[in-house]
Amino acid sequence: MGCDLRVNLGKIKLDNPVIPASGTFGFGYEFADFYDLDILGSIAIKGTTLNARFGNPTPRIAECDRGMINAVGLQNPGVEKVLEEELPKLKQVFHKPIIANIAGSSFADYIACAVAFDKAEMVGILEINISCPNVSKGGLSFGSDPQTVKELTQKIKQAVKKPVFMKLSPNVTDIVAIAKACEEGGADGISLINTLLGARFDLRTGKPIVHNIMGGFSGPAIKPVALRMVYQVYEAVSLPIIGIGGISEAEDVIEMMYAGASAVEIGAANCTDPFACKKILDDLPELCRRLGIGSLKSIIGKAHQ
Amino acid sequence: MDRTNIKQKYEVVSNRKLSSDLYEMTLSGDTSMIAKPGQFINITIPNHFLKRPISIADWDDEKMVIIYRIAGKGTKWLSLLTSGDKLECLSGLGNGFTVENNRRLIIGGGAGVPPLYGLAKRMVTAGIKPIVILGFRNADEIFYLAEFKALSDEVYVATDDGSFGQKGTVCDLLTVRGLTDIPYYACGPLAMLKSVCHISQTNGQLSLEERMGCGFGACMGCSIKTKNGPKRICKEGPVLSSEELLWDVI
Repeated sequence: MGCDLRVNLGKIKLDNPVIPASGTFGFGYEFADFYDLDILGSIAIKGTTLNARFGNPTPRIAECDRGMINAVGLQNPGVEKVLEEELPKLKQVFHKPIIANIAGSSFADYIACAVAFDKAEMVGILEINISCPNVSKGGLSFGSDPQTVKELTQKIKQAVKKPVFMKLSPNVTDIVAIAKACEEGGADGISLINTLLGARFDLRTGKPIVHNIMGGFSGPAIKPVALRMVYQVYEAVSLPIIGIGGISEAEDVIEMMYAGASAVEIGAANCTDPFACKKILDDLPELCRRLGIGSLKSIIGKAHQ
Repeated sequence: MDRTNIKQKYEVVSNRKLSSDLYEMTLSGDTSMIAKPGQFINITIPNHFLKRPISIADWDDEKMVIIYRIAGKGTKWLSLLTSGDKLECLSGLGNGFTVENNRRLIIGGGAGVPPLYGLAKRMVTAGIKPIVILGFRNADEIFYLAEFKALSDEVYVATDDGSFGQKGTVCDLLTVRGLTDIPYYACGPLAMLKSVCHISQTNGQLSLEERMGCGFGACMGCSIKTKNGPKRICKEGPVLSSEELLWDVI
């Protein structure tokens, strides 16, 4: 008998825990050129804002040891165009509920964007990226203050019907306090971690490599940080967790689920190999057999037992 | 578009030094993903997270030629490969140049020259006689001159220091030869492309370069603003029309 790969994110049932992470998979449909997308558990689409954004000037990318820095800056065509143009294209090649990743620079922006996605039939989960700077609070990240996180969670929850997962920034002093604020605000789940702030400098010129100076560091190098934070948050809250950070092979999926994740998102690995998620799904059954895992559900939080 | 065979393994046939920091590598393997001159491959480098995007200089059914500059540790590693070594790549990336009947002029500068060779070959195949303008820093940096001359009677070279051909830039050559009203193709340093655009009275297909993440359109790492909205250099590019570029934001 093969391993049962099915998992749940609250009420949302997934065939397997493998989800491409927002920002590394476009709006999904372009990857249908590479493989059948329906093998995936779900797809987290490119972070979307209320209005169109070009993002930051180039260079936006810097290579790092076992990872990369990106300072794309949430390039997206805005929620209206995403709903009218991007999602219909994805719908033709992917037939499961998707995760709509939402970003904003004010409470009103987040809520308007979430409400728009809430009406879209193919959206299963609203994933709120709270790593963005809060313009009304002098650019401080929404995700760094528990009170702001709780308030934002509450306001979004009041405005929508679909499950709300808050996607946490690791660039905080106390990740547990932020996770608890999400739970108190009524969140249905937590995604973590977003990228770590990083920077690289050019050896010849001495100048920053990315135009924005700082950017989000992702890739296998950040996996231990992600595992630690998922472990801590699993201890502190009773919400389902989507584990994100440096996952690039089947072994990483299992390890992240041991830490407490019910599903995982794969980010930077998609940038280095368009087949990364497919490879993980190809390898998972054999790995589970070798580890004696009959059901993935049974290993969630095993590290805490 | 079916891109299920985008990931390919190639075997190094030869790898030789062309000038002080440029190398030419011939690879054998499945080239079926390559459709147009000006497309590129993205090469996996051991122990490096990101691949190295390198333009395709020429190809046939079984082989391709790339010409690359040593810019860091990744390309240094490439330069040390020898016949029989294997490379993993994503193949046939980007849009490439479109051969058009009335577009006869090719303008290349330094490490931007290689994809124009494959283009010149396909122009000749299509019955178009290319006029080729090449710019280099000095005589020692010149490469592929004989190859271009085998394709065209009109190949002109400029060097910054005047050690070969016209002293000055490709723009000086365009002016001297009275070629500024011919639709063109160009690849080279950004400053060169910008000057060519400004001096030309007509339009061009320009191949641009940008620091890339994925190289196949997923990460938006290489997007630039154009008159027709954001374009990914790796996907809608690297070849863009001079008429859509916004030079003040590049």
